[in-house]
Amino acid sequence: MAGKPKLHYTCGRGKMESIRWLLAAAGVEFEEQFIETNEHLEKLRNGGSLLFQQVPLVEIDGMKMVQTRAILNYIAGKYNLYGKDLKERAWIDMYVEGTTDLMGMIMQLPLQSAEMREKNLALIIERAKTRYFPVYEKALKDHGHDYLVGNKFSWADIQLLEAILMVEECKPDILSAFPQLQAFKGRISNIPTIKKFLQPGSQRKPPADDKYIANRGKCCLTSVRFHFPQLLLKYL
Amino acid sequence: MSGKPRLVYINGRGRMEPIRWLLAAAGVEFEEKFVETKEQLEKLVKDGDLLFHQLPMVEIDGMKMVQTRAILSYIAGKYNLYGKDLKERALIDMYVEGITDLMQMVMMLPFSPAEAKAKNLASIEEKATKRYFPVFEKVLKQHGQDFLVGNRFSWADVQLLEVILAVEEKIPAVLSGFPQLQAFKTKMSNVPTIKKFLQPGSARKPPPDDNYVATVMSIFNLN
Repeated sequence: MAGKPKLHYTCGRGKMESIRWLLAAAGVEFEEQFIETNEHLEKLRNGGSLLFQQVPLVEIDGMKMVQTRAILNYIAGKYNLYGKDLKERAWIDMYVEGTTDLMGMIMQLPLQSAEMREKNLALIIERAKTRYFPVYEKALKDHGHDYLVGNKFSWADIQLLEAILMVEECKPDILSAFPQLQAFKGRISNIPTIKKFLQPGSQRKPPADDKYIANRGKCCLTSVRFHFPQLLLKYL
Repeated sequence: MSGKPRLVYINGRGRMEPIRWLLAAAGVEFEEKFVETKEQLEKLVKDGDLLFHQLPMVEIDGMKMVQTRAILSYIAGKYNLYGKDLKERALIDMYVEGITDLMQMVMMLPFSPAEAKAKNLASIEEKATKRYFPVFEKVLKQHGQDFLVGNRFSWADVQLLEVILAVEEKIPAVLSGFPQLQAFKTKMSNVPTIKKFLQPGSARKPPPDDNYVATVMSIFNLN
């Protein structure tokens, strides 16, 4: 029963993508089972695999883990990507929560009307430039290390790279005022496990935009609605 | 500069309440600074006190911590309320995340437009009784222990009690089908630190009223 972790989700990014990134960065091979119909999801629910009736679900180390944050925490802890003590963990948690908020905003876009999408895209760009990226730019500048926390590669670095690339998909020149982040992006992208994940053919999923949906009809965007994302009051 | 943790938030439950619960349950005394106007919030942002320009913020152990979950994880870890190993932590995390989802619905209820309130309340009742409470009822029944994880008091127990009481405020009979949770509620309420927190005069905040909603809307520019 042991062996590779098994990920259950739609064949799109959604809430599973950060988990794919973290496992890949840690050099952990994993399997995926894609949920493509309502019936499949119902079957998982009725079979008692989903603690709160929701995906993501990751089968790992004999557990059927649900709740994205719980899964990520476990993987980070297991593969030594969570700092060396409580305080480093606190910083990693704070940084990760920030990038999660930013990526969460982007994740919502395909679900919105064209008008809302345009408005929220502008908000995302503004938040990236004035609220989120300056924090990481400053952290890197202040300590001058290659990694965000404790001079050691951690979950915070992986999530920041993921967020940078996701925002760049919205606005390619978003890093123009952030030299530290540009250098960071170059460095972290060249870490062998991450470099591999960034290559075509890896398990990294493409963005869920209209074009993607049109070309890959089998993967249902609507399945993202199964676990309607947490309410947006978080973005105050 | 060190000493008691200092909580910076509005004078109300919101996203700070689980942090008050956890500190209180851990027997940790804390101070509070209440943000009452938009200008006060803007000053905190301008002074660089808020990493992502948001509240809650907790000054603790020389850090100005933000992000509710990061703060809660730190407190849980520091005061040994986070299980004994990675697997126990995984269970605590899963339970806490589920409870947080339900708590979020309760937190948002006062902010619903009038015409959506009844529907949202019905949704809370449905999720509580069909999705969340059955999970914890089953966990407690299966291992027969007093606490959710590892036969030991943890963050998960504190958070479960908090959400039970919050939902009961809206739906008084919500535990009627859940005998294990009823017993759990009684036991946890009698843990000395929690018993103290549940008494009048503690740092526990009352349920949100219209005044609280108006304050939040004004401070965070939600009008």
